[in-house]
Amino acid sequence: MSQTELTRVAAVAMPTRRRAFDPALLLWIVLAAVLIFLVVNPLFRLVQLSLEDTDTGAFTLMNYVTAYSRQRYITATWNSLALGFWVTVLCLIFAVPVAWAVSRTDMPCKGAIRLLVLGAFVTPPYLGSIGWILLAGPNSGWLNRVWMTLTGAHEGLFNIYSFSGLAFNIALYSFPYLFIFTSAALDVVSSEMEDAANILGAGTLRTTLRITLPLVLPAILGGAIITFLEAIALFGTPALIAIPARFNVVTTQLLQFFSQPIRAEVAAAYAVPLLLITVGLFGVQRWLVRRRGFVSLTGKGGDRRQMALGPWRWVMLGYTLLLLSLSVLLPYAALAQAALAKAWGRGFSLDNLTLHNFHYLLFEHETAAQSVINSFTYAAAAACIAMGLALAIAYIVSRRLLPWAGVLSFVAMAPFVVPGIVLAIAFYAAYAPPPLALYGTATILILAFATRFLPIGYANADAAIRSINPEMEDAVRILGGGRLLAIRRVLAPLMQRSLIGAWLLVFIPATRELSTAMFLYGPNTRTMSVMLMDMSEEGNFESLAALGFLLLASTLVIVGLASGLLGRDFMLRRERG
Amino acid sequence: MSKLVLTGLGKTFGTVPAVQDVSLTLQQGEFVSLLGPSGCGKTTTLRMIAGFISPTAGTIEMNGAPLSAPNRVVAPEKRGMSMIFQSYAIWPNMTVAQNVAFGLKLRRLPGEDLRRRLDRILDVVQLGHLKNRYPAELSGGQQQRVALARAIVIEPEVLLLDEPLSNLDANLREEMRSEIRRLHDAFRITTVYVTHDQAEAMVTSDRIVVMNHGRIEQVDDPVSLYNRPRTRFVAGFIGRTNFLDGTADTGTIRFPGFTARADLLPEVAGLLHGPVSFSVRPQNIVLHRAAPADANGAWWVEGRIAERAYLGEYWEYVVRPAAAELRLRVSAAPQSVYETGDAVWLEIDPRRIARVPSSEV
Repeated sequence: MSQTELTRVAAVAMPTRRRAFDPALLLWIVLAAVLIFLVVNPLFRLVQLSLEDTDTGAFTLMNYVTAYSRQRYITATWNSLALGFWVTVLCLIFAVPVAWAVSRTDMPCKGAIRLLVLGAFVTPPYLGSIGWILLAGPNSGWLNRVWMTLTGAHEGLFNIYSFSGLAFNIALYSFPYLFIFTSAALDVVSSEMEDAANILGAGTLRTTLRITLPLVLPAILGGAIITFLEAIALFGTPALIAIPARFNVVTTQLLQFFSQPIRAEVAAAYAVPLLLITVGLFGVQRWLVRRRGFVSLTGKGGDRRQMALGPWRWVMLGYTLLLLSLSVLLPYAALAQAALAKAWGRGFSLDNLTLHNFHYLLFEHETAAQSVINSFTYAAAAACIAMGLALAIAYIVSRRLLPWAGVLSFVAMAPFVVPGIVLAIAFYAAYAPPPLALYGTATILILAFATRFLPIGYANADAAIRSINPEMEDAVRILGGGRLLAIRRVLAPLMQRSLIGAWLLVFIPATRELSTAMFLYGPNTRTMSVMLMDMSEEGNFESLAALGFLLLASTLVIVGLASGLLGRDFMLRRERG
Repeated sequence: MSKLVLTGLGKTFGTVPAVQDVSLTLQQGEFVSLLGPSGCGKTTTLRMIAGFISPTAGTIEMNGAPLSAPNRVVAPEKRGMSMIFQSYAIWPNMTVAQNVAFGLKLRRLPGEDLRRRLDRILDVVQLGHLKNRYPAELSGGQQQRVALARAIVIEPEVLLLDEPLSNLDANLREEMRSEIRRLHDAFRITTVYVTHDQAEAMVTSDRIVVMNHGRIEQVDDPVSLYNRPRTRFVAGFIGRTNFLDGTADTGTIRFPGFTARADLLPEVAGLLHGPVSFSVRPQNIVLHRAAPADANGAWWVEGRIAERAYLGEYWEYVVRPAAAELRLRVSAAPQSVYETGDAVWLEIDPRRIARVPSSEV
C-alpha cells in the first residue's frame, strides 16, 4: 500500500482538523520501521541466507542438502523430536495431578506448593542442570554416593549424562507451563458443572472423567504443545548434558555449525525446519485453545468447591513434594553447597565452608564480574525497548487511531513462535555482515533480547491498556485536555503497576537468556549465562555454582519484589498463552 | 439564536448505517433526551456531538459556528462541552477535589476563584465533606455526583450525558434523575441526555427525541409524546399500549370483533377510508359489567376476561372481544375485581386514543 493511499484511508477513518497530516500516522510509520528492523528483516534474511550460495549469492538448495546429508545431522533432529515427546510425557505426569490437587482438592500446604512451582518456573533450566550434575553425575553425584553408601554398590544408580537424564532434567523445569495451563483451566470450571452430573446420578470418578477432564483437555493439550516446543528449542540443558554424553540435538548441532569456521548458511538451512515445526504447532495450539469456546471457561458464576480426598490428600502432598524436591529443593541445596565449598566433593563440613568462590568470581576472574553487569544492563535496556515499543503499538491498536494497526500487533507477536536460537541465527544473518557489522556488540544482544521478549511485553501492555476504560481518556478530552495530557495524567498513572509488572516479565527472562546470547556474544559482551557455559567446560564446579547462585539469588530477589508489588501469583497467571 | 443544530447527521460504520438523517435544534438552556432501545444510534449521535466520532453525513453547529462535518471535525477538547459517561470515568488516581477541579485548572482559573467554584459545586452535590477522598472509597451514587460536579463546574456550553444512571440500583436511579433535573434548573446548561429508560427521559427532559434504527421517530415534550405518539414504535416504546387495527369505510371502522363510529374521533371525522390503526393505553379503557344505557360519545366493546394478574397498584386484565383473536390489555383499580371468564363491556374514549400508521404501511 502506498503512502498516499494510507493517508487517504487514515483521513477517512479519523478525520482531524488538519486532514492533510496526522501525527498518529508518523508514529505508525516509525513503529512499522522498527518492527521491520527487529522482526521482519532478520527472519527474511534467515530464509534468504539458507537459499544462497555464500560465494556467488546465487540461489541454491545446496545448504539444505549439506544440512541434511549426514546421518548424524538427521539423528540430531530425531533426538530433538524424541526429546520433545518424552519431556511432554513426563511433564503431563508431573503437572496434571499437581495442578488438579492444587486447584480442586483439599490437599494441604497449597501456598508453599505454589511458591515452589514458581521457584521451578523462574529457575533457569541450565542452572537446574548444573544442580543435577552435582546430584546425579555418575559415581560422584550426591544421589549416587548416598546410594552406594546405603547399598555398598560400586557403581552409582543414576547417570545424568544420558538421553533419559536429559529428558528428566528438562521436564523438571518445563512442567510449570503445563501446571499453569491446567490449573488456569481447572480454576474456572464451575462446580455447578460437576453438580449437574452428580444430580443426574454420576459418581465422583465418573464426573471427573466425563465432565471435568474433557472440559480442561483442550487447555492441557495446548500446554503440552508449548512444553514440546520449549523442549526442542532449549539450548542450555542439552549443551550441558547431551554434549558430554556424546549425542546431539538440533540446538547443539546448530552451535557446532557456528564453531569455527562458521557455516551460518548451513545453520540457517538447518534452523528453518525447526522454525516451521514451531509455527505449525503453535497454529494447532491456538486452534485447540480457541475451540474451548463451548466450555464454561470464560464464565465466572458458580463457586468452586474443593473435593475432600480424605487420607489420599497426604499421598497427593507426598507426590507433589517429591516432585518439587527433585525440581527445586535438592538442586538448590546442591548448588548452595558447591558454591560455599572449597571442594564440593568433600561434602558438608565446617572446614569445607568458604566464601572464596564469590570473591574469586567478583574480584579475581577476568570477565565474570563484567558478565554480571552485562546481564543486568542488557536485560534492563531490552525490557525498556520492548515495553516502549509494545506500549505504543498496543495504544494505537486499542484506540483504533489508525487502520492497519492490527498488522503491527501481528508482527509484534510473531517472535513468540520463533525459537531463541533461530532468532539468534536470524539476527546474525541480518546484522553480522557489513554495513552494520553488529556481531559481538552489546547492541545486537540488546536488540535480540528485546525482540525475543517483545511478545511478552506486547501481550501485557495490551492487557494493561484494555483494562482501562477509554472513557477515562474521553473525560479528559471533553473537559479540554489533549490526548497527550490524557495519557500523562490519567493513563500513565493508572497503568503504572501493571507496566512495572510487564517490564519485569521481560526483564527476568532477559537476565538469564542463553540461547540468543550464545550465538551473538563477543569477547567483551559475555552475559552470565554465557559465562556459565564457558565455566562448565572448565569443570570448575565451585565457581560455576557460585555464579549460578548469584544469578538465582538475584532472580529470586527480583521476583520477590515483583510479587510484593503485583500479587504473589503474577508469574503463574496465564497471560502469555 | 439556537444553541446546537444538527442537520442531516449520519454515521456509517463500514457499510452499516448507525445514524441516518438526524436533524435537531436545541435552544439555549434546553434539556433534550435521546431515547431508544440499544443499538438505535443514540450514543453514536451523542459521541458525534462530543466530537469523538466524526459524521459521514450532515453537520453539527454550535452558536452558529460549524463543529462537525464529514471532513472537518473540531476536536472534543476544543468544544467547550462536558460529558458524563456511562462508567462515570472518574479518575481513580485523583481525589474528589482533583477530579472536579481538573477542568477548571485546564482553564487556568486563578487559585482563589478556582477554590470558590470548587467548594460551591461540591456543596451543591453534597460532597464537600468527601473532597479529599479517592473514588474507590465512594459509593456508586457518590461517584455519580463527582461526575456531575466535574462536568458542571466548568459551566460548559453543552452538557452531554451518556446513560449516566444505568449502573445504579433502582432506588438511587430515581433519586439521581431528580437530582439531574434539579441541577439543570439551577444552572440552565443546554443538555443532551442519552437513555433507554423512558421514565428517566420523562422526568428530566423538556423534549424527548425517540430514536429507532438510527432515525428519529418523533420529537416532542413528554406529555405529547405519551398521549399523541405519531408512530407505532413510539406508542409501543413509551409506556404500554394496545394497537387496534381496523378498516374504515363510510363513517364506521370495523375492528376484529367489533365496529366503531368514526365520527366520534376528534380530528378525522368522516374522512377515513381503508386500513387504520390506533394506540389505546390500558388505563384509558374502562371496564363495566353491563351494557351502557347511553353510548355517551365513547366506543363500547363487548368481551370476556381471558387472563388477569394482580400487581398491587392495579389489576391487569386481558380482555377478548367476542369471537375475535384480539387481546386488549386493560388496567383497572385494585377494587374492581373480575374473574377470568366474566363477561364485560369496555368503554374506550375516542378522544384519548392516538391514530398511528396502520400496520400494513
